Amino acid sequence: MSQQTLVSACLGDMVVSISEFVGDLTVEVSKNKIIHALEKLKSDPSLQFDFLSDVVGIDNLGLHAKKAKAPKKDEPQQEAAPDAGATLPRFEVVYLLLSLSSNKRLRVRVAVPEDDCVVESVTGLWRAANWPEREIYDMFGIRFKGHPDLRRLLMWDEFKDHPLRKDYPLEGKNEERILNYLD
Amino acid sequence: MSSIQAYTGSGWILTKAEELINWGRKRSPWPLPYGTACCGIEMMAALAATYDMARFGAERPSFSPRQADVLIEAGTISKKMTPVLKRIYEQMAEPKWVIAMGACACSGGMFRTYSTLQGIDQVIPVDVYVPGCPPRPEGLLFALLKILEKIEKDHPLRELAARNGLEVCK
Repeated sequence: MSQQTLVSACLGDMVVSISEFVGDLTVEVSKNKIIHALEKLKSDPSLQFDFLSDVVGIDNLGLHAKKAKAPKKDEPQQEAAPDAGATLPRFEVVYLLLSLSSNKRLRVRVAVPEDDCVVESVTGLWRAANWPEREIYDMFGIRFKGHPDLRRLLMWDEFKDHPLRKDYPLEGKNEERILNYLD
Repeated sequence: MSSIQAYTGSGWILTKAEELINWGRKRSPWPLPYGTACCGIEMMAALAATYDMARFGAERPSFSPRQADVLIEAGTISKKMTPVLKRIYEQMAEPKWVIAMGACACSGGMFRTYSTLQGIDQVIPVDVYVPGCPPRPEGLLFALLKILEKIEKDHPLRELAARNGLEVCK
């Protein structure tokens, strides 16, 4: 049985979409079921995704326009393409899993809309999620419900913004305080 | 030895106090190695046997700012790190000099981002800038020699008098 069918069977109706690209399996799960889905992937005897490599965030701002434009260059028909881009969520959180027994990897994506930037923390499943989730909170402003210590990881505590958001300028926004402090 | 134009005799030497002070300072510019990135590796090379910065009096890398004369800031300074750099500079006893080593310390280098200080001269005064990414150890040695030139031209007593509001005889 292929890995894709195994994952589909394990997650059942929690799967929003599943796809494979150059050997990398990606499954999207709805946000409110993420803990349950990851728990199943971890404990399923035929999959055993017991190792969390990393948790990363994605900001899709500006990608809507790009995706809508892209087909125009090659093909004249552009009926379906703009809609496909418009459904992109503002943020995504991606869990990179590894099965230590089979050495197989899996990407689990969760769409996070801008008006509801809260995801359940997976620190209960993997303690390794602690710092990556803090980093995502620091860089994207996505909050993790149930995280034991949700402070900034890289920027200083008084910093107010989230610098990896696409609408954040290259530099020079809300960073003045650290320089003013010196005088 | 040019800075001490002395009359010598048996067991005595005559010189100007300022020149004697500069002579002493010039021979022991103890560096405070502040390596925060890859420039730190080149700095270590400059301090080690092949390049041997000790030849110019930088004999003892001082890991305490209180006993250091020359702050060698070798590497990127993040904005989060800025207060630490400022505090270390403030803890150094006068007289003190600063070398900004490498593109990052001079201008932020290639890191024009939210996290990187765009040149340490935004927060502390810099005496010598060393360009390069990273500069070769020779570059750092050259910077140290520039510092020594600067020390030589210094007027420590005149500055002391000026600070205390004393009139200086010309």
